[in-house]
Amino acid sequence: MVKQLSVFLENSKGRLASMTRALGDAGIDLLALSIADTTSFGILRAIVDDTDKAMAVLKEAGYTVNTTEVLAVLVPDSPGGLAGVLGLLNDAHVNVEYLYSFVRKAQGNALILFKVDRVSEAARVLHEAGIQMLDQPEIIAL
Amino acid sequence: MFWQKSMETMDREALRALQLKRLQWTVKRCYENVPFYRKRLDEAGIAPADIRSLEDLKYIPMTDKCDVRDQYPYGLFACPMKDIVRIQGSSGTTGKPTIVGYTRNDLNTWTDLVARLLTAVGVTSEDVAQVAFGYGLFTGAHGLHQALDRIGCAVIPVSSGNTQRQIMLMQDLGATVLIATPSYALYLAENMEKMGLKMGEDIKLRIGCFGGEATSDMMRDELHRRMGILATDNYGMSELIGPGVAGECVYQQGMHIQEDCFIAEIVDPNTLEPLPVGEVGELVVTPLFKEAMPILRYRTHDITRLDDTPCACGRTFVRMDKLHGRSDDMLVIRGVNVFPGQVETVIAKFPEIGPNYEIDVTRDGMLDKMEIRLELTDASLLEKYALLENLERRLSAQMHAILGLDAKIRLVEPFTLKRFEGKARRVNDMRNIYKK
Repeated sequence: MVKQLSVFLENSKGRLASMTRALGDAGIDLLALSIADTTSFGILRAIVDDTDKAMAVLKEAGYTVNTTEVLAVLVPDSPGGLAGVLGLLNDAHVNVEYLYSFVRKAQGNALILFKVDRVSEAARVLHEAGIQMLDQPEIIAL
Repeated sequence: MFWQKSMETMDREALRALQLKRLQWTVKRCYENVPFYRKRLDEAGIAPADIRSLEDLKYIPMTDKCDVRDQYPYGLFACPMKDIVRIQGSSGTTGKPTIVGYTRNDLNTWTDLVARLLTAVGVTSEDVAQVAFGYGLFTGAHGLHQALDRIGCAVIPVSSGNTQRQIMLMQDLGATVLIATPSYALYLAENMEKMGLKMGEDIKLRIGCFGGEATSDMMRDELHRRMGILATDNYGMSELIGPGVAGECVYQQGMHIQEDCFIAEIVDPNTLEPLPVGEVGELVVTPLFKEAMPILRYRTHDITRLDDTPCACGRTFVRMDKLHGRSDDMLVIRGVNVFPGQVETVIAKFPEIGPNYEIDVTRDGMLDKMEIRLELTDASLLEKYALLENLERRLSAQMHAILGLDAKIRLVEPFTLKRFEGKARRVNDMRNIYKK
């Protein structure tokens, strides 16, 4: 399992830039990120190389920030690869709340981050099906 | 034109004598019938018999909106309920409305006071008058309705909203007088233009009697230009009676205060010391005729100036300027009174957000928009969008319940709203509604 940062951002000019600058100035590397927005605000989700430090830096800078556990799943990079993983989760009655992908490939597979409602159950199901997942040190080492 | 000419053109000396007599009656009535005033006057060492001249008015303690709130609902009534024939109210500061009451005589005087203002701008029994104020507790609609009825106009009580229907009726029924807030009137004008209606042909309006919120000269000129009507302003508030306190005549050189029924003072809003005529300050009004709910030296918190130079219309009543602003933080949005304190009471119920807020009031086209910016502090809501959206919805519903109007809620990052030392200025009113 991987720790993900969630940061509340206003949907206004320069907010994302100043947040990422705060992380950059602290020497924190962004490994993956996703932003979804409504008309007035957005939530940035990110995987970084040092989650605890990033939390401290952003809190210090006044951001509303939270961490949550997500699954970093190696999905076969071929047609139907993602559908297979989602099918397994669906059969186990695990809801996927959102997902986003890593920029870099890992061992020839696509690396996709899943936020699900029952994270342990999802991890168990995927593991039993022989689907590989990475943990934080493995992701940072990519 | 006059409705009660002998009163409206009364010689100043006689007027002052009448004011004194009515002031003495009012103070006595307050002292004898309202424990709140008895206590206040006793504490100030004033007995009704001490009021021997109009100059003695300054010794009477002022009444403020918090007093009306504290005495909710009937604490300021000076007569038994069997004599009360009407209850009205306005949005209060804490979620409960400000309640006012009327006896039969109060209603009668009120009706004549408004009829005078209507007559002063040329409304006659020939007119067809459309009332686009919201009916209900708000004094505006009923106050105007009663007076139009007394004058003999054909009254169309459409109430507020439903703009298309409003315009259809105005056109089909040939309304010649429009009663509305000035911002709603401009909104109507804009829609009529969009519909391609011709003023003077399709729309027969000739006079607009606007109230319920402040207007600038700029707004009046625009109403005149776009609707081709005599756009007139009048002033009142429910605690004083409702509409009928003051209004323009056709010369539009300020609003004549109906001094046979009200004493107007201008005071320094900081020291509360009376200022001479011509100075700008807070308007303090003492109604002189009210049986149900007399009120002594009521602080309106409206900033204005009095002008006692003679008016070409022949009225001897002083005139007040269009409002220059407020001495407190009250906002009037779409005719509804809004206090930042109301927003604070809502915020206090939500641990998910911080205590800081800012209110932006803008005019989108011709309608007021209110946006409340709040700082999100509860990080656990970042799990799901639905949680944040749910928070916005709950905030919105609570604001509506307390404020009585829709406000857009905007969640912002912590520490991005202005911080204040001392008196907070949390309101950004970008409408330019006050006198220029």
